[in-house]
Formats: sequence, C-alpha cells, structure tokens
Amino acid sequence: MLSVRSLHVDYPAEGGAVNAVRDVSFDVARGTFFTLLGPSGCGKTTTLRAIAGLERPRRGEIEADGRIVYSAGKDIFLAPNRRNFGMVFQSYAIWPHMNVFKNAAFPLEVGRRRLGRKEVEAKTMRVLAAVGLDDLADRAATKLSGGQQQRLALARALAMEPTLLLLDEPLSNLDAKLRERMRFELTRLQRELGVTTVYVTHDQSEALALSHAIAVMNEGRIVQIGSPADIYQRPRDRFVADFIGSTNLLDATVIAADAQTGRCRIATALGELHARGNGLSRDEAVVLSIRPEDVELFDEPPACADGDNLCCGTVDAKVFLGDYLDFQVKVGERLLLARAHPSLRAAPGAPVHVRIKADKCIAISDRRAGSPE
Amino acid sequence: MTIIATTAIFDSTRQRLEPQWIVIGVCIALVVWLALVPLAFLLWQSFLTPQTAAEPARFTLENYAAAYASGETARLLGNSLTFAVGAAALSFVLGTAFAWINERTNTAFKSLFLALALVPLVIPSVLFTVAWIFLASPKIGIVNLVLQSWTGSDAAFVDIYSLGGMIWVDGLHYSPMAFLLMTAAFRSMDPALEEAALMSGAGLLQVARRITFRLAWPAAVAALLILFVRAIESFEVPALLGLPAGIEVYTSAIYQAVNKYPSEVGLASAYAVVLLLITALCVYTQSRLSRHDTRFATVTGKGFRSRRVDIGRWRYLTAALFVLYFAVLVLLPFLVLLWSSLQKFYSVPSRAALATVGLDAYRNLLDHPGFAASVLNSALLSLGSATFVMLVTSVICWIVVRTRMPGRLLLDSLTSLPLAIPGLVLGLAVMVCYLKLDVGVYDTLWIMFIAYVTRFMPYGLRPTTTSMLQIHKELEESAAMSGASWATTFRRIVLPLIKPGLIAGWIYVVIVAVRELSSSILLYSPGTEVISITIWELWQNGQYVELSAAGVMLMSVLFCLVMLAQVAGRKFAIIEP
Ligand SMILES: Nc1ncnc2c1ncn2[C@@H]1O[C@H](COP(=O)(O)OP(=O)(O)OP(=O)(O)O)[C@@H](O)[C@H]1O
Ligand SMILES: [Mg+2]
Repeated sequence: MLSVRSLHVDYPAEGGAVNAVRDVSFDVARGTFFTLLGPSGCGKTTTLRAIAGLERPRRGEIEADGRIVYSAGKDIFLAPNRRNFGMVFQSYAIWPHMNVFKNAAFPLEVGRRRLGRKEVEAKTMRVLAAVGLDDLADRAATKLSGGQQQRLALARALAMEPTLLLLDEPLSNLDAKLRERMRFELTRLQRELGVTTVYVTHDQSEALALSHAIAVMNEGRIVQIGSPADIYQRPRDRFVADFIGSTNLLDATVIAADAQTGRCRIATALGELHARGNGLSRDEAVVLSIRPEDVELFDEPPACADGDNLCCGTVDAKVFLGDYLDFQVKVGERLLLARAHPSLRAAPGAPVHVRIKADKCIAISDRRAGSPE
Repeated sequence: MTIIATTAIFDSTRQRLEPQWIVIGVCIALVVWLALVPLAFLLWQSFLTPQTAAEPARFTLENYAAAYASGETARLLGNSLTFAVGAAALSFVLGTAFAWINERTNTAFKSLFLALALVPLVIPSVLFTVAWIFLASPKIGIVNLVLQSWTGSDAAFVDIYSLGGMIWVDGLHYSPMAFLLMTAAFRSMDPALEEAALMSGAGLLQVARRITFRLAWPAAVAALLILFVRAIESFEVPALLGLPAGIEVYTSAIYQAVNKYPSEVGLASAYAVVLLLITALCVYTQSRLSRHDTRFATVTGKGFRSRRVDIGRWRYLTAALFVLYFAVLVLLPFLVLLWSSLQKFYSVPSRAALATVGLDAYRNLLDHPGFAASVLNSALLSLGSATFVMLVTSVICWIVVRTRMPGRLLLDSLTSLPLAIPGLVLGLAVMVCYLKLDVGVYDTLWIMFIAYVTRFMPYGLRPTTTSMLQIHKELEESAAMSGASWATTFRRIVLPLIKPGLIAGWIYVVIVAVRELSSSILLYSPGTEVISITIWELWQNGQYVELSAAGVMLMSVLFCLVMLAQVAGRKFAIIEP
C-alpha cells in the first residue's frame, strides 16, 4: 500500500547539510498500523513529513496506493494537498478561529472534490461521532481539553477519508492516564476503519501496544523492521535491545553454536549459559540480551527443564512498582534486573535462585551490535 | 560584638543604597517631567486667548469653538480621517502582500528583500515627498511628461497635489513598516496550523485566505492601528502636498495656526488636544490588543520548520514584483533627486539638460554656511539624544523589570506615552511649555534636545526591555554577593549584558533623530536648524537643485548606516532578521 524506497532527506544548515534521513526503505501493508520508533532527533518526523509531502526529499521514491507521489528519478513531486493523506500533528494544529465542527469539516470544504452542504454535514458529524465529539460540535476549538483536541485532530484527519493516516506523536502532549485511554481508542478506531496508518513515537511501550509492524530508527536509518514480538524478543542489535524496554545486556563469547537449531552455548559473567542466536560462530564476541521479566526468581530451587539456565544470587535491592516488583539480583559480580510477581518474599540480602529459559537469552553478534556506521 | 557588627552592616547598606536612590529618583522625575508637563501646558494653553501687549491671556472656550464648532470642523476631520485611513490601508495592503510572499513562498532572492525593507523607512519624509513632486506633479512631473509624450495629449495624468496623491506618497513610504509588522506576525504563527490545512487538501491561496490571514487578524488590526496613528500624525506630506491644493488635515492646520500672524497658539493647541485624543485612543487599543492576542496563541510546533511553499516558476514573477516595488519605493525617488542634483536649475531629463550636468549644486550647498551648521546640529542632537535616551531608559527598564517598586508599570506606560503623541503636537507642547517657563532653553538646541529625548524614549525602552528580560536575576545577585555596590553592579554587570539591546536602540534612535522634522519645525530658530529643516527651507526658497544634492548625500549616508546596523545586528544578533 505504502512503499518507501531509499529515501534521503537533508536540511540545509550552516556548514553543510544535516542528513536527517538516510536510505530509509519500508513497506506498509494495506490496513495495517505501522510505527516509526526511535530516540529524539533520529529522523522520524522528517520521514513522516517527507511522506506527507511537507518536506522535499533529496533522493528516493514514495508510492502510495499504486500512485507514485514522489520520485527523484522520474522527477515527480505531488503537492501535499493533492496526496489525500490525513495527518495529525504533534501540536494538534487545531485552528483556534474555528469551532469544532468547522475544524473537522474543513477538509471536506476545500480541495477539488465539491460536496453539497448536506453531505459535508453528514460526513463531519459521522466522524465527530466516531471520536466521541459529536455533542461538542459547536464548541469553540480553543475551549477543548488536551484529549478532546487530540480527538478533534484525529477526526479532522479522518474526515477526508484519507488513503493514508499519518500521526506524529499524537499522544505525547497528554498526561499518563489519558495517554493510556487514547492509545486504546486509537487502536479501536484504526482497526474499525481499517485505514493504513503510519505512526511516529519515541515511546516503545506505545509502539509495542499499537502496531502491526515497527521500524526502529537511529541516526536517520532504520535498524530493524518487524512485528512488535519480533522487535521485543529478537532484537537485531544492541541498540534495539537497549531502546525497546529495559534489558540486561551482557558481554559474552560463543563456546559452541548449532546453526540448525539456532541454539548456542556462551560464556558470560554469570557462567556458561544456553542461549539463542543466528549465524554465530565459535569464539565470536556477542552481546547477550535478557529481558527483566524473563529473569525468574525463586526462594527454593525450581524445577529445571533441559536448556534452562540456573544460577544463584543475592537480592541487592527491590522496588515495589504496583503490579510487579523490580529486583536487582547480584549474581557473581554482575547485577541483573529482574521483574517478579509481588508475592515473592525474598528480602534484600537473601539468597535467591535465578532461572532463565534458553529461548529468552538472545545472543546478538557484536559485529552489528550498535556499532555506529 | 554582635551589636557592633549589625550596626556596621546597617550603615554600609544605607551607604550603598544612597546613590542608587538618587539615580533612580532622578530618572523617574525626568520621565514624569518629560512625558507629562508639556502636555499639561498644552491643555492649559488651549483654554487661553492669545496674549498681546495690550491684553493678558484669559480663560476662554473660543479656541475649541473655533476649532470644532465651525464649518471647518467636519472638513478637517473628514480630510484627516480619509488621508490617514487611506494611507494606512495602502501601506497595509502592500506591506502584507509582500510580507506574505516573502514568508510563505520560495520567491527568488528573498533574503535580499528583508535586508532592503528598512531602507525606505530611514529616508526623511520631506525628501521622499519632494522626490514624488518631481515625479508626479502636474506641471514638471516626469511621469506626466513621459505619459504625455507617449499619448501626444497634454493633460495632467497624475496630480500629486490631491488627497489621492497624499495617500499614495504617505502610504507607499510607510508600507515597509507594515511589511515588518506582518512579517513578525506571520513568523510567530505555528506552521503546523497551515500545514494541517495543506494536508486537508487546501491549495496555497485557500490556506492563505482561510487560515493564515484569519490567524493573523489580531496582529493585522494592531498593525492597522499603528499605521493609522502614524499617518494621522504625518506632517510633511500634508504640508507639502495638501496645503498647495487647499487640503488641510490636523497637523497642517496646527502648523498653519502657529505660523499665522499673529500666531494662534491657543487654536493650534485646541486642534492638538483632539488629535492627541485620537492617537492616544488608537495606541491604547493597540496595546490592549497586543496583550490579549494570546487568545489565539496555541501550543507551538516542536522546533523550527521551514514553511515555504514551492511556487515553481511563479517565484520569478514574485521576485519581479519585489523589484518593481523597490524601484518605485526607493530607486525612482533616489534617481530623480540624483538627476536634479546634477543640474544648475531644476529641469526635467532631456538631451539638452544632459549637456549641462555638473556638480554646481553640491558646491553651492557645501559653500552655504548654514548647511555645515545644520549637519553639525543634526549630529549633535541625534548622537546626544540617542545616548541620553539609552542611559535613562536602561535605568527605567531595570526598575520595571527587576524591582517590585509600586507604580513601576505606570512608569513603563509613562515612558511609552510619547508613542501616542504626534511629533507636531509634542513640538507644540514643548514650545508652549518652555515659552511659559523661562529657563533659558527657548531658541537654543536644548529645547530640541528635550523634544527629541521625549519623543524617542519609547524607542529606547523596548529593545532594552527585551534584552533585560533575557538576563537571569541571579547574575546581578551574585555580583551583589561578591560585594559590588548597586552602581558597580549596574555598570559592570547590567549594562554589558543588555548591550545588544542598548546598541540596537541607540542605532534606531540615531536614525529616527536624523530624519525628524515635525517636532523640530516648531522649535528651531536661526542657527539651530537641523538637516531636515534645512531641506525644508531649501524647498520653501525654491532651491530645488541644492535640496536634491542634500537629499542625495543624506540618503547615501543613511543607507550606509542601515547596512552597518544590519551587519552589526547580525553580529550581535540584536535585530531579528
Ligand atoms: N528545519 C530543520 N533544519 C535543520 N535541521 C533539522 C530541521 N528539522 C529537523 N532537523 C534535524 O534533523 C534531525 C531529525 O529531526 P526529526 O525532527 O525528524 O527528529 P525526530 O525523530 O522527529 O525527533 P523528536 O522525537 O525529537 O521529534 C535532527 O537532528 C534535527 O536536528
Ligand atoms: Mg518529531
């Protein structure tokens, strides 16, 4: 549906140009929710704006719905107002001189399609109803709360029945509670309407909760594309592992690797461990990533299946975070972050047994482990 | 022991406070005096009959009766409003259109245009008006002559001596002001608001009409008010173009009343009081508006985004429009002055006249003893008043921004009050005031110095305040903690830190002081002429070629000053590009 191929975007700056986006390529299937995820300044907004047509790329090609909207080679650049993409800006960009209805109706009143007044009204009310703003239609846009503004911006972007919906950190201006709720509503709306969506965020939990597919960006490049589960469980490199949620990263060396099963044995500061990793060879330096929730803690020695890693440690610190307990466990000289159920009683200083399933130990080759290119 | 220590501290604080209070007190007293006392005298004078040898002045309402109950009243008010509204509207339309093109499209060579925008504003009005007389008067206007030779008819196509001509010259001259005001307005807008409209499918012009201009509305109203006030207090255009055609507005009526024999200062004051009411009302509304336009302020987008729309090949057309605009605004007036300055007697360009080109006018002018004196006077007055204004306003600004002194906001308003006083009215008020208070400044340069300082205080206050607001209070406090006295702190810490604002304000005041005419015209006497007055006198004496020579030199110097100021501005980042 949307296909971005080797996109390069520069900004003119003093002393040369800033290469904000470098060789970015990805495809978004029709009706799916695609997220660009990355730290601040990595070029997500720039990529999104290039798709929207608000920024003119230097190289590459963008095709949406079978139509090439930008191509450096064929010298095509379709103006943003001809692309029929809906966009929600980070600041919402609600027009303060119009009321709620006027804001949402605007896309139906401008541009090439000419709709009758009745039709505009019907469509606008329908989309306002979809975001739950129909009873506020006559309210001045400046008199809306943050969440309402956000929904209005969404309604406005949806009113034009866009071929593609572009969202730039739409939840970042909301407080935590509201963000949670809007995240839920956004998923519901997207799934109901089936509109192809490109979403930009720097919040990994948001990305994991919302998306069908995620592209993790760093310094203007895409470092990994995959499903949320993929990205979370099988980070391709140290940067992704570190960026997507907190993780334990250990330097290690491969002792033995089985290319068939993807299993390997590695030497770490915790001792020898079973792990999973692709394309590794003997004696290779790797980084081991273990998610805190995969570090299981027990008061008594637990049952141990084949391939489970077991070791002993002492509780160093524990923090109660409501739904779970965060532990720091000292194993040898290493501190491991573990997330456990609040029922675990072990007090700081007490010995604990640590079990980590081999499948949850991801060995990442150090050759591409976050090495800056 | 403790007691001794406490007394010592107490003593030392008292000693430290003293110079501080003297400086602060003197500055406050000065501002109050400058801003209020002349106005009080003006008001008082407007209720008095002319004082003659036979009869002392007495209380009367006749001045107001003469000014406002006669048949003249409606005509005067009508002319003034038509002229001011017309000129403001013309400036606004031109300035806004060009500001929009410059800010929202990728017109070619645009950085050049912004740099040039200040140039017309430093050209003295009297010169600009005279240049347009040369260009468009019915008899000698080059435009008429060219059109006549094209069409073969001998009708006057354009007549600068008309209400339309006045509006054209004044509106054109101040359109760069609208350009700068609206540029600022367009820049302060969240670009996402326009991008959202673009994404909704709206075209460039639809976005401009339905979003950009709607959002700029409060700023536009404020700009219109500023332009209106500026136009209604304009003196040169109404005097040079209106009076010969019998079109009187308030400013020219005031001038006529004072220069009549016997002079009718009371009547002039009555006119002035009403003119002052109009301008004060507008300035007040404008300042209220600017304070309240946060209503339209929205969360601004993250970081800077360029928001220029690619208009393809149209960008050369818009660039051509800019070139045309600057040609009409600066180049044409300059060239016509240059031409006439090279002649012995004023004559329109022709092959015969080309043969007589020479530098006689410049020679005559430089030999004229009054000219050198007026250059010296202008230099003294502009440099002196600029320096004095910046010193006083830096203290005032410190009081307003840094202290919790009661009445400090009133002080701020008082310092800004002269913004609402038309130059001619201020000149009249100062004249009346120091005629009555015989302190020996009348007929000297000092009275002009007083008028200049009063008039330009607001221009000094604003950049200084902007600078001061950016400086953290702790920088001063740490100096005080290091043991520095208030005076030392002010001299060593505050002044250097607000230097960018001070320099910007100083340059601005120097420039506006050099082109000042409307206050000086009522205050000068033989020997205290300034450059603009000399130009005015040359015009009255019919010495057109010498006038042109003076104009060419003055414009060249001012142009260099502006360019220098911009370079300095970019270096110290004081003038926003
Ligand atoms: N108008 C501009 N001119 C010059 N450089 C820019 C401009 N806009 C962005 N950049 C630079 O381009 C890079 C990418 O910016 P971008 O806004 O795409 O980041 P982002 O991933 O959206 O970050 P954030 O999460 O903070 O919004 C940054 O290094 C930024 O400094
Ligand atoms: Mg961004």
